[in-house]
Amino acid sequence: MAGWWSRNILRVYAVLALCYLLLPVAYTLAFSFNDAGRSNLIWKGFTLRAWKGICDAPDVCSAVGNSLLVGLLATAVATVLGTMIAFALGRHDFRGRSATNLLIFLPMATPEVVLGSSLLALFVNMGGGLLGFPAVLLAHVMFCISFVVVTVKARIASLDPRLEEAARDLYADERQTFMKVTLPLVAPGIAAAALLAFSLSFDDVIITNFNSGSNFTTFPKFIWTSSLRGIPPQANVIASLMFAAALAVVVVGQINASRRAKGLVA
Amino acid sequence: MSTAAGVSRSRTPYLLLLPGMLWLAVFFVIPLVSLLMQSVQTPLPGGLPGQFEQTFRFANFVDVLSRTEFLGALGRSFLYALSATVIALLIAYPLAYAIALRAGRAKPLFLVLVVAPFFVSFVLRTIAWRQILGAEGPVVSTLQALHLVPDNFSVYPSPFAVIAGLTYNFLPFMTLPIYASLDRLDTRLIEAAQDLYSSSWTAFRKVTLPISMPGVVAGTLLTFIPASGDYINAQLLGNATTTMVGNVVDARFLQNSDYPTASVLSFTLMAIILAMVFAYVRRAGTEELV
Repeated sequence: MAGWWSRNILRVYAVLALCYLLLPVAYTLAFSFNDAGRSNLIWKGFTLRAWKGICDAPDVCSAVGNSLLVGLLATAVATVLGTMIAFALGRHDFRGRSATNLLIFLPMATPEVVLGSSLLALFVNMGGGLLGFPAVLLAHVMFCISFVVVTVKARIASLDPRLEEAARDLYADERQTFMKVTLPLVAPGIAAAALLAFSLSFDDVIITNFNSGSNFTTFPKFIWTSSLRGIPPQANVIASLMFAAALAVVVVGQINASRRAKGLVA
Repeated sequence: MSTAAGVSRSRTPYLLLLPGMLWLAVFFVIPLVSLLMQSVQTPLPGGLPGQFEQTFRFANFVDVLSRTEFLGALGRSFLYALSATVIALLIAYPLAYAIALRAGRAKPLFLVLVVAPFFVSFVLRTIAWRQILGAEGPVVSTLQALHLVPDNFSVYPSPFAVIAGLTYNFLPFMTLPIYASLDRLDTRLIEAAQDLYSSSWTAFRKVTLPISMPGVVAGTLLTFIPASGDYINAQLLGNATTTMVGNVVDARFLQNSDYPTASVLSFTLMAIILAMVFAYVRRAGTEELV
């Protein structure tokens, strides 16, 4: 018995730690079924009402729509811009590399409240006309770029340079090598970066809160502002659905990746 | 950094860099300049609240930073963030170690479960902690049922709840980099150390720990930086006595239209964090972070 414990104590610990990590997720899911009145903090009884009428709570569905729109646009722009920078850093030698690295690193080392308030300072100085959807989109692209660069750059650095040499030995020109060899090899890194950018954008509260003005609401901002008067259980339903969707994407990605890995070995 | 594939000195890298760097210059660097400019403004004489003029009054910094309520908020931000970082490190290191070296075939599943909480809204997760730690939640009622605490005992709202929330919310940021560095560990190194008669503890201290240091450095930064600027946890899990600097910046900017005070605090937070980050990174010897 003592031997079993000393062999498995780390595994037991890991399972307990994961339970701790998932406990609030379980709460969020459970309270989507709560027969709540004004506030959804105390368990009152089971109901499917929120699941049957997801958009019944005022503004919640338009907030989700705004979040998806900002998330998709910000992800597209940041992924393109960040991937270009990653290729410049990973594949080219140029003057100003360390300054570039610094400018990529700094937004990640700056707390969100500083990023949000400094952008607000800029937009207020410009007269405040951009506050709302434009300001939120510009801000989200900004803080996603660095994370895309880091993710894609790591993938580029891990490539086996012999694969590209082989392509050139077989008379592929630079363009063909890039399109047929380099880009497909980097693609999983780009996909991971896009997924990261989307999840950062979709869940951002602080920067959005500073720059969204009074008429534009995203899903996290909706939850944040309604936390004062009570969050409708519909928000828990949507969070649970997003959780399931994201989990499905990650699991499918994992399965594909392990299949590809097996295919390469075989 | 030089790779065999097409290292070139040409215009190409600059063309690749231009749009992204321009974006960062306009929406990261210029806003910081705006913030600094705003921090040295003074109220427009005879103007409405929220109207300021550019007077370059750097004494704003002295005025703001000599007020105990603001200094207290700054101090609490760093204290809470530091506590959360240390606790998160203690929780995350064994977890990352178990996933990297003991999980076997369950490794991908464990990793997915570590990132899974990210997919539920940050604010909802924090509210869930309010329910868990609240007076009617399982923690307090269990302790009360066991007569370990008095009937009026509460965990929320309190500094403890705020630190617990911060620890929880940034735990995956701590776990993943440590896991990534431990995953690269060649276990034969540990076996070699044990073959050379070092105890498990010595082997851990001399082999495993140094190899995982880059992950520890990255994880502590990824936890400490967002935690020190966070105000969602302090707002939802704390009360008026647990105000962090983010709460003050948010209130001064968005409710009181007191832009100079908010800018001074925001700029000070950034300056202190950057100074700490660079000192820490230099000391830890991992310059190439990006």
